[in-house]
Amino acid sequence: MPVSEAEAIEGFGDGGNVTVLAGGTILMPEVTYGRYPKGGRTLMLHRAGLDAVADGGAVTFGAMTSLDAVVAAGVEPLAAAAAVVADPEIRAQATIGGNLCAAPGVEAPRGDLQAPLLAMGARVRSVGPGGERTESVDEYLAGPRDRLVLSIEVDRPARAAYITQRRPHSHSYSVMAIAAAEVDGTVRMAAAGVAPHAVRLTGVEQALAGGASPADAAARATEGVEPHDDALASAWYRREVLPVLVARVIKQLQGG
Amino acid sequence: MELTINGVPRATASSPVTPLLTVLREDFDITSAKPGCEQGGCGTCTVLVDGAPRRACLVAVGTLGGAEVTTVEGLGGARSLAAIQKAFNDRYAAQCGYCTTGMVMAAQALIDSTDEAVTRDQVLDALSGHVCRCTGYVKIVDAIIAASTGEFDHDDADDFAADPSQPEVEPKGAPA
Repeated sequence: MPVSEAEAIEGFGDGGNVTVLAGGTILMPEVTYGRYPKGGRTLMLHRAGLDAVADGGAVTFGAMTSLDAVVAAGVEPLAAAAAVVADPEIRAQATIGGNLCAAPGVEAPRGDLQAPLLAMGARVRSVGPGGERTESVDEYLAGPRDRLVLSIEVDRPARAAYITQRRPHSHSYSVMAIAAAEVDGTVRMAAAGVAPHAVRLTGVEQALAGGASPADAAARATEGVEPHDDALASAWYRREVLPVLVARVIKQLQGG
Repeated sequence: MELTINGVPRATASSPVTPLLTVLREDFDITSAKPGCEQGGCGTCTVLVDGAPRRACLVAVGTLGGAEVTTVEGLGGARSLAAIQKAFNDRYAAQCGYCTTGMVMAAQALIDSTDEAVTRDQVLDALSGHVCRCTGYVKIVDAIIAASTGEFDHDDADDFAADPSQPEVEPKGAPA
């Protein structure tokens, strides 16, 4: 069991046949369902450190930073997103790294922090085949996600907004979530729940950059998204509601 | 893996990825924590790990070396109920009882976190991941607030005297 970052990296190796246990909130139900373990190794990170939050201009979260520590760090729109994940018991256990690594697909409406991290242009430091590298969260999410995430770095946006559409239950998964951040005068926006993993809403971003009205920008919300039917909502519902949520996020971002 | 459960040192040979809930129930016959949804969504398996409420179904026992786990069996015995247990009893906060142990442990953690009486908003936040399909929550919230005021900190003798015709029954897994 690794007790340092160096030992975690050594234990992960090239990642072949390794499953990482961070907070455990996603992996442990797989154990209960009898789907895990099926051979291979489990790398338990709870003693590896990796949970430090460093604030020096940019803010760096160790991959094992719990969601309640992410809330406490107060960097928006990330903190607002973390604050509404599940309930206090889960937020004390779940980690930012595990949330980023939530498997894509309609079976798992998890990974709510992916949208704010995309909107903030987060950088992901990881190890795996080829050694250590730091890449944009956009690149990380588009890749095979077979690497060990060590830390996630974000800038403090000048302005931020976050909105989530939930079913009327205090502990529900979010149907959709939209995050927006303005860094160096440019607005980035991303949505969770409208594709297998969170995606940038580039049509909206371009419209805003071109000076479009909030309504005209929101009308481009469904460009490039692939909504799905699942137990939370239909693809049709997601397509209908997404532009409404985007309009609200723009209003929130612009201080309305 | 060695850990302490309700004050008693325990050792288990279960695989490190075994859920704490399974270890409690199957290795040690401690059955207050209930299997509900078994994916972290219902709260009925909540126990305390080093004083913090955790879903026992989501905690890998391999992460608990040296930890102190507390279940309802560790709160109070049949003739020495904890204040939170008396409050649930007195305020009719349980119906079928399946969610109750998880609620009680989360409530105990909330009460332990402050010297003051807890507010309704604090209770709603702390228990937001706990579902009850019988009582409608109002009595549960009332019971937790009442327990936090010290109203049930008195001796058992008056309100909870054991029926002498009944044998003393200690729950399995209670502290020795």
